[in-house]
Amino acid sequence: MGLSDIKLFKIRGGVHPFENKQATAGSKIISVPLADRLYIPLQQHIGAPAEPIIKRGDKVLKGQLLANSQGAISAPVHAPTSGRVIAIKKYPAPHPSGLPVRTIIIEPDGEQRWIDSSFSYHDPFSLDPDEISARVAAAGIVGMGGATFPSAVKLNLRKRFKLNQLVINAAECEPYLTCDDQLMREHADEIVEGIRIMMHALQVKKATVAIEANKPEAIKTMAAACADIPEITVVKVPVQYPMGSEKHLVQTLTGKETPARALTADIGIVVHNVATAHAVQQCIRYGLPLIDRVVTVSGGAVKKPGNFLTPIGTPVSLLFDMADGFISEPARIIGGGPMMGQPLPGTQVPIVKGSGGLLALTKDEIAEKQAMPCIRCGGCVTVCPCGLLPLEMAIRARNNQLDAAVDFGLMDCIACGSCSYVCPSHIPLVQYFNFAKGALTEKQRAKHKQEETRRLAESRNIRMEAQAKAKREAMVKRKAEMAAKKAQQAKEKNHKEASA
Amino acid sequence: MLSAIFILTFLGLTLGLLLGVASSYFAVESDPLELEIEAMLPGSQCGQCGYPGCTPAATALVKGEADITLCPPGGRSLAEELAERLGVSVDLSNMEDKEPVIARIREELCIGCTKCFKRCPTDAIVGGPKQIHAVISDACTGCEKCFEVCPTECIDMRPIPKTLKDWYWPKPAFAA
Repeated sequence: MGLSDIKLFKIRGGVHPFENKQATAGSKIISVPLADRLYIPLQQHIGAPAEPIIKRGDKVLKGQLLANSQGAISAPVHAPTSGRVIAIKKYPAPHPSGLPVRTIIIEPDGEQRWIDSSFSYHDPFSLDPDEISARVAAAGIVGMGGATFPSAVKLNLRKRFKLNQLVINAAECEPYLTCDDQLMREHADEIVEGIRIMMHALQVKKATVAIEANKPEAIKTMAAACADIPEITVVKVPVQYPMGSEKHLVQTLTGKETPARALTADIGIVVHNVATAHAVQQCIRYGLPLIDRVVTVSGGAVKKPGNFLTPIGTPVSLLFDMADGFISEPARIIGGGPMMGQPLPGTQVPIVKGSGGLLALTKDEIAEKQAMPCIRCGGCVTVCPCGLLPLEMAIRARNNQLDAAVDFGLMDCIACGSCSYVCPSHIPLVQYFNFAKGALTEKQRAKHKQEETRRLAESRNIRMEAQAKAKREAMVKRKAEMAAKKAQQAKEKNHKEASA
Repeated sequence: MLSAIFILTFLGLTLGLLLGVASSYFAVESDPLELEIEAMLPGSQCGQCGYPGCTPAATALVKGEADITLCPPGGRSLAEELAERLGVSVDLSNMEDKEPVIARIREELCIGCTKCFKRCPTDAIVGGPKQIHAVISDACTGCEKCFEVCPTECIDMRPIPKTLKDWYWPKPAFAA
């Protein structure tokens, strides 16, 4: 239907960080050449890590399945190019901890030879919805907005919920990032087809593409691309961080609030990222697995910021080289956006399916300041989009009163960082919440292990007792047999004597 | 014959009655708190606390003879629960968590003697006679029972390696 100005609803709180999108807005997507080595982690998604089906020394072709998904929530990984597997070993993850994860390392042969696929194009709308989600699962597609939840699981939600609408999240509310913006400008038709395929998979009759007002070009192209399709509307949403949080986006569009700790599917809506819609289209129309993605490389320390179509597994250092290196030594390198992104341990780590942004920030940009006492100004309360009291939660987290922090709604915090952003005392509020959530999960895990231990010990005791009992019974039986035998012998003896 | 039956029946009934009365009169009061504490403990009877099993440990806890931080498999979360239940206030923030460890078998030294897996209270070791044994790390509580019996000293107690799944941000440095 094109652009529609439906009535929008206000969400509470939020901040308006300096956008800094102008550095890369409108810069064409440039393909990144192959790195000398590609590092493909087996865990690039939420859920169980994939399990390799190739071994060291194997030759692989572009698009070949490298590792299978494990369990219901998992995703496979594919070879981003043809080459040789030189190792399957632990390698630092693109994660603030820099902990090693199992990684397949490929040395490209430069031929980019595709695997002979038996893929033949079918009209996606004649396919069974289950078939679509199965193909999406097999292509290793995960949520590309950064959460990396396996997309096929979300496409199957229609089995558990009554759905009425698909929302495409193209808000891209994080400062600096323009990868989704640029993708929409250059591939609007493919995205729209992807949306239609997803609507078919979800069996919904309505889709809304939500784009923040600071992307007029993308809004125009997307509106033009879906002008003839009455089921899809493009909606311009106000610029307000965190508009890209799916629950807040849904509330802006429909006025309905998702219940605490529930899914948007509970109110009949499934949200997918716009880049995911593109990946789904590539998978269903051309049979392509998810082996590359658009990454915004930006930040004050980068010489030539831009958007790059990057094969999964490319080391971060190559992307910075593509951006002509650094103007000054970056004070911090961040994977993702500046608000919710996480610092990276170095430039050797690879780009993965969830990496939408790569920022090299200068000292001025990170503006690290000494924390001071809370003056109880309530600024964090005003901006919290979830209606929580960050100052109260933080003081409890700081004093290790985790349960008290939970009582104040810690589990409803989406870690958007708005509170830390506005705090005039520079208190690391969201950092406290991240710590507290991690500590709580650890506690739960410890408790779970303790319960498991008890169960194991009990079942062992039962087994040992059963064994001992069986032994005793066997002994008794043998004794009885012996006695019977003896009696028999004695009887025979008597008999013989008598007959003698 | 008849008198014998009578005598025996009489004897049986009286003695049974006596026993029944005695059992209710001389019943040993078992503290319900002890039972509750015992239920909170892991129940693997591993003996790392220095008591022969979880029941004696629970008794000692209730009597106040044992420290609430006695149970390594239970860890800090158990210590907190115990502190709450027993109403003792202990500053756990200063208590250095004894780093949890798990057993690992060095395969090149294992002779498959089966001694370790016979002792493992949680069945965390798999193997058979003359087969190399292995530890299921998720089930191991680090009780060191196997560590003590291994004739070739091929079992190491190692700290549990951190993974992406259980890593989390440390608490921000103290800010006023």
